[in-house]
Amino acid sequence: MAENTDWTRKTAAELADALAAGETTSVEITQAHLDRIAAVDGAVHAFLHVDAEGALAQAAESDARRAAGTLLSGLDGVPIAVKDVLATDGLPTTCGSKILEGWIPPYDATVVRRLKEAGLPILGKTNMDEFAMGSSTEHSAYGATHNPWDLDRIPGGSGGGSAAAVAAFEAPLALGTDTGGSIRQPGAVTGTVGHKPTYGGVSRYGLVALANSLDQVGPVTRTVLDSALLHEIIGGHDPKDSTSIDQPLPALVEAARQGATGDLTGLKVGVITELSGDGWQPGVMARFQESVDLLVKAGAEVVEVSCPTFVHALATYYLILPAEASSNLAKFDAMRYGLRVWPHEGASAEEVMRASRDAGFGDEVKRRIILGTYALSSGYYDAYYGQAQKVRTLISRDFEAAFEKVDVLVSPTAPTTAFKLGEKLDDPIAMYLNDLATIPANLAGVPGISVPSGLADEDGLPAGFQVLAPALADDRCYRVAAALESALHAQWGGPLVPKEIA
Amino acid sequence: MPEILGSSSPRGTNGRIEITRDEVAHLASLARIDLDDAELDHLAPQLSVILESVASLSEVAAGDIPPTSHALPLTNVFREDVVVPGLTPEQALSGAPEVEEQRFSVPRILGEEA
Repeated sequence: MAENTDWTRKTAAELADALAAGETTSVEITQAHLDRIAAVDGAVHAFLHVDAEGALAQAAESDARRAAGTLLSGLDGVPIAVKDVLATDGLPTTCGSKILEGWIPPYDATVVRRLKEAGLPILGKTNMDEFAMGSSTEHSAYGATHNPWDLDRIPGGSGGGSAAAVAAFEAPLALGTDTGGSIRQPGAVTGTVGHKPTYGGVSRYGLVALANSLDQVGPVTRTVLDSALLHEIIGGHDPKDSTSIDQPLPALVEAARQGATGDLTGLKVGVITELSGDGWQPGVMARFQESVDLLVKAGAEVVEVSCPTFVHALATYYLILPAEASSNLAKFDAMRYGLRVWPHEGASAEEVMRASRDAGFGDEVKRRIILGTYALSSGYYDAYYGQAQKVRTLISRDFEAAFEKVDVLVSPTAPTTAFKLGEKLDDPIAMYLNDLATIPANLAGVPGISVPSGLADEDGLPAGFQVLAPALADDRCYRVAAALESALHAQWGGPLVPKEIA
Repeated sequence: MPEILGSSSPRGTNGRIEITRDEVAHLASLARIDLDDAELDHLAPQLSVILESVASLSEVAAGDIPPTSHALPLTNVFREDVVVPGLTPEQALSGAPEVEEQRFSVPRILGEEA
């Protein structure tokens, strides 16, 4: 192959093919991505930690395995970035928080172990809103990530670092986590693909919990096929996660390949009535409607489906999430790991705890801990947390009823394209509204994917198309998203690419 | 369940949801976070706005709707009672702010002066 091939522009599937054909080496590919990080990450700030030495050593081991014919997986040698909320043995894991600055976990999250067992070199850890609380990555204690499409704009959140790394060609693959949209909404606003698996489909062991009943780890990539390839590596039962589903994954890669043929004959698609209307950016809605038309062209039957309680999903989420988060974050008590601040000499454990949590947590984390503490308080519990749990039941019932009529549900992934950095930072409600369309899937535990639908006319920024499927039917997300992707790429003459970062 | 000060109804006397500065201070105390005056001034009105925006839920679900705590129908999961490798003491203590004699060293936990 020509010496000037830019390996950072290839998809993970293409890199795997090039490695298999002997056109390049994992060391060359990994070095190309490290060079790219060195060139653009000053402007993008997708990474909190880059492990050049470790990644190159893992790449050299991959090349040695290839020479010996002992490959570990189809993606052996293809590098990846990991969101900083996942424990990595020997690499810093901060969750975007000062309270974990300098913490180096003594163990790997199951998904990280699976990456290593599959031979994927780990480039580093990506930036995120502190403890995954946010929709813009501006709540990171280490500074915001910038959207590669416009460096003055947010990359989405909480996994803005993973999405931006992939969009800026700093990594072909990344891991994200999605509690209310943190994989899908960054995917939408950076023109990348992200999938939130069925709850329990991917292990949460070693994922620092934000809200246990909502969190899932999933793939962040530039193509649907790459997401399916990565999902098959990280997914499946894990005895270390008691909420892990003990049954095999559906054939995800096969579904993506089948979808890419462009035939959706016999598939019933439901457009969710409640996820459109006032406040939805016209350019986002225009790209959404065109995408729906393409699904019809591919043979799908499209109907409108009403999920009346989805309008309450946001309120439900912003009670359940803070309640779970306030409980989860109680473990940051300055005793066994993390920041310890002495307010004065001889202070008590409780005084040290209070001072450490004040110094270590940022504004949004404090806001949600206080809100969660309130929602769980005696006298308010039934009115808030209890009521939210009941509405959660109604939202699941809406999904069940809808999936009796259709195979998948679709909506725009986020109501708007990327907004300006700083624009919504001190307006929590405006920030929370970004997750309007992604939250219902987390509450019900169903899978959802976001795939680019084009650029909005108003601002030339990417919009996302979301496909939701019943629990355990992740393969349907991949099939429909791949069909749409292939139709759109045919229209555009290839994928959407941001202009080169200056 | 922690108790919080004030009325047992989330609505104040004027019918609006209010969370006062004192209530925020009390909640912060329950959550073991020292908040300074500026943070309290900033947080109290924001929390009131957030609570106002989630208040609509009280009219959505009737009493006979069962609550969902989890998306999966969960049962407890047990593993075989066999020895498996775990962290070594060194690994377990590797992130500790302070270690003494292979133990986590913590500030005094009793009220008396040390």
